[in-house]
Amino acid sequence: MGKLLPLELKDVSLDLGGKSVLRNISLRLGSARTLAILGANGAGKTALLRVMHGMLPPTSGAVRAANGLDLQLPEMRKHDAMLFQRPVMLRRSALDNVIFGLDADSTQSSVAIGERALRRVGMLGLADRPARTLSGGEQQRVAFARALARSPEVLYLDEPTASIDPQSTRQIEALIADAAESGVTVVMVTHNLAQAKRLADDIAFMHEGRLTERTPADEFFSRPQSAEGREYLLGESI
Amino acid sequence: MSDFSAALSGAFHLISSADPKLVQIVGLSLSVSLSAVAIASLLGLALGAWLAVSRFAGRGVIIAVLNALMGLPPVVIGLVVYLLLSRAGPLGQYGLLFTPTAMVIAQAILITPIIAALARQVIEDAWNNYREQFQSLGVHGWRASATLVWDTRFSLVTVTLAGLGRACAEVGAVMIVGGNIDGVTRVMTTAIALETTKGDLPLALSLGVVLVLVVLTLNLIAQWLKSFAEARYG
Repeated sequence: MGKLLPLELKDVSLDLGGKSVLRNISLRLGSARTLAILGANGAGKTALLRVMHGMLPPTSGAVRAANGLDLQLPEMRKHDAMLFQRPVMLRRSALDNVIFGLDADSTQSSVAIGERALRRVGMLGLADRPARTLSGGEQQRVAFARALARSPEVLYLDEPTASIDPQSTRQIEALIADAAESGVTVVMVTHNLAQAKRLADDIAFMHEGRLTERTPADEFFSRPQSAEGREYLLGESI
Repeated sequence: MSDFSAALSGAFHLISSADPKLVQIVGLSLSVSLSAVAIASLLGLALGAWLAVSRFAGRGVIIAVLNALMGLPPVVIGLVVYLLLSRAGPLGQYGLLFTPTAMVIAQAILITPIIAALARQVIEDAWNNYREQFQSLGVHGWRASATLVWDTRFSLVTVTLAGLGRACAEVGAVMIVGGNIDGVTRVMTTAIALETTKGDLPLALSLGVVLVLVVLTLNLIAQWLKSFAEARYG
């Protein structure tokens, strides 16, 4: 058992700006699986991801990490990482962007960890380049390196390929698969069904703030359990 | 027109010959304004950064007050500082009235709200971009503030230069607390006002030319710095 996993959500609801965004979500996140959260726009996918990552406290219900630890505790952020749709690059080099995310003991070890992470995403050659001058796909790979450098138990991905080109998308998908293979539990929000098919072990399908089904990916794409899931897949195939 | 031509000709003669009186006034002006900007930057940038990342009851009121203070008339600040530093005032014992220090204090009070309010806006815009990433990485408090200040440093230089421009161009406050004493507290703006009333147009105009050149140079530096930084660092 890790510091974070298994992660348990019990009857989690979230209200934002007077609107009910999540309704009575119960979900258990085990280890070494890739979970894709699917659903239409406004279904609550991103909000669920942020609640799981501890960025948004639920209005009601409970989110518990391993050993019943509170997910909101600052030290819990050392065990997970998140990649956003648009990578946030600080005004410094690619390597310094990766190092910024670390809580390492010394500058020397930070540099070594940062370089290793950049090598892993194929960006070591551009380590000294100002991060903001990189292309969108390259910036997303640097952001991926920043996340990986933290050796997370869980990697949350919020539509990580939504704003990059097909070639960069393939590179990011390869990195996601590689991270999952190395034992990182991946939770991703995506609108790309083909991507979910390629990468996910499990699917969590959301509709109007509710989790309507949680099934293995093969089963979801061949025989979705919920009517909403069936309609969603039908809509996508038209 | 001939008066203007003669004044302009005299002004360029004073500038080209580096007239000692002119140099002394320009030197004191820059010394007072740069000191005021240094103090106002320390206070204003810290206040701006804190307001940008903090959330507390009454924050909106503080921001509104800060924005309003940007338009505070210099003569009002001069009057308040005068009352504070005058013999009968609470700080009268220090004998600062009619000294360059009094002028630095008045200018610092004048431009601290300008630097704080503009810095708050610049840093808050960056904060809105970085907030989720920082939250995700567990970056809070001073580390978040310091990173934001560092990442917006080129825009903050522009903010600081805006403060310096305001300080250099200010006349009301320094006139009241400095007294416009020749060789002691006479700066470019107060000298221009005085020399114009005395009819010494060449000196007034030469000081005006130098003042405009200083402000123009500051703006050119700010523009160049921002363009250079954006091209180099993205």
